Amino acid sequence: MASASQQACIVGIGQTEFSKASGRSEQQLAMEAILAACQDAGVNPAEIDGMTTFDLDNTDEVDVMRSLGAKEIKYTTRLPQGGAASVATIVHAKNAVESGLCDVFVIWRAMNERSQYRFGQPHHSMSPDAHSSTFMEWCFPFGAQTPASWEALSCGPYLHKYGVTSEDLGRIAVIFRKAAATNPAAWFYGKPITLDDHQNSRWIVEPTLRLLDCCQESDGAVALIITRADRAKDLKQIPVRILGAEYSMLFNHEIISDFYAGDLIRTENSEIVADRLEAAAGIAPKDTDVAMIYDNFTPQILRQLEGFKYCGIGEANDYVKDGHLELDGKTPLSPNGGLMGEGYIHGMNNITEGVRQIRGNAANQIKNVRTAMLASGVAGAIIGA
Amino acid sequence: MRPDPIQRLDTTLFWDACERGEFVAQKCEPCNKLWHPPRPMCPSCHSLEKSTQPLSGKAKVLSWVRQVRPASYGFKESPIVILVELEEGLRMVSNLVGDEPPIIGDAVEVDFEKTMGGKAVPVFKKVAT
Repeated sequence: MASASQQACIVGIGQTEFSKASGRSEQQLAMEAILAACQDAGVNPAEIDGMTTFDLDNTDEVDVMRSLGAKEIKYTTRLPQGGAASVATIVHAKNAVESGLCDVFVIWRAMNERSQYRFGQPHHSMSPDAHSSTFMEWCFPFGAQTPASWEALSCGPYLHKYGVTSEDLGRIAVIFRKAAATNPAAWFYGKPITLDDHQNSRWIVEPTLRLLDCCQESDGAVALIITRADRAKDLKQIPVRILGAEYSMLFNHEIISDFYAGDLIRTENSEIVADRLEAAAGIAPKDTDVAMIYDNFTPQILRQLEGFKYCGIGEANDYVKDGHLELDGKTPLSPNGGLMGEGYIHGMNNITEGVRQIRGNAANQIKNVRTAMLASGVAGAIIGA
Repeated sequence: MRPDPIQRLDTTLFWDACERGEFVAQKCEPCNKLWHPPRPMCPSCHSLEKSTQPLSGKAKVLSWVRQVRPASYGFKESPIVILVELEEGLRMVSNLVGDEPPIIGDAVEVDFEKTMGGKAVPVFKKVAT
């Protein structure tokens, strides 16, 4: 474990607006978000010496350096597995700065996934050979061609076993839009939904996912700057420490198309991450003050609540019904409105919200936040003041 | 009709068999273990020697969905997608023939359907009870 002065801290966050038609290139959106994060931190973009993004991101490291004027990059990597990469970026950033390899590390994700392409629709030209898409070969010719269809197929056994209904999922959908309704940056700002709205929304995938069970397709970009505590103390913001960041991928599992291993009920990857996080951070995810849990689709919330040990197996539906995820509950869920309510920048906008909650300047600020849990299935991080 | 399977060099052994109307899994020659989806190397003994083994075609339904919006690309109507567990213990994504959704745990057996380009994929139909 790193000493206090060497501990990795998130010192800058930046984002563009989240829209359905940005009118700019993804490359420019990335630059806008990175520059905003640098200005937030008080670092010169030229000093960036480490970087990571998703393997699905369309920006290029050389181009990013050219715009930033970054003098030298000592470490760069791209992360697989779609949105699961979101919190995994924190694992890499932490290791890169705590090892001394990098001093100023940038994470970004930029997408015009609504105006330029449709992230939620079939992509019949995608290469099945790499880029987190080899599973496509085994789904596409059977008409399971969208993220919603893979998610619903994978969650089916769990929902069936515990008798989770569409109305149960609707309660989760309502929680996200309720928070988003009072977040000016959110797509659902001023537009809360009722359980009836959810129940009347059209089927996307029978018999599980209605329109309001799904995240957005958004245009926008998000960036974060990470450095060590000794450097962070001279910067503009109060540093948000990365108390733990862990990742686990087990044999024969997949991400959204996780069909081939395990009992299709438990999420063993998350369970391992939860245990390692508690050991590293000295606090369990369930005891943190805010739960930023990756919400591509509503069933993911139930499965990650159990995987990250907020409750026992089969108990997540009751955990939601008991009100624990409300903004005044025990473990408030994504006060920005999450990827469903605020926008879907592939999970990264949930990380910036976690940082704002600890800084104390979020739109829906939870009282006395000292720690926040960031979760994206195979990856988790606990950050704190 | 439906889209052709996306074939890769390491997976043609499965799809070629489908075209012949044979339902098979990749079999590791030295250790006899079966694997699906196919892969270049046996993850158990690390042999690169592989063949195929005919499967019984009997399976049970673990999960089902129908992609309503957008409709399944290449199909006249979105089919019922099922996740099945084969008698041999392997799992696979496929279709249930017909319009009537299954009940989880239903017994099904393999059949084949042609694709747009004259290839074939395995699908399943309910076993009469």
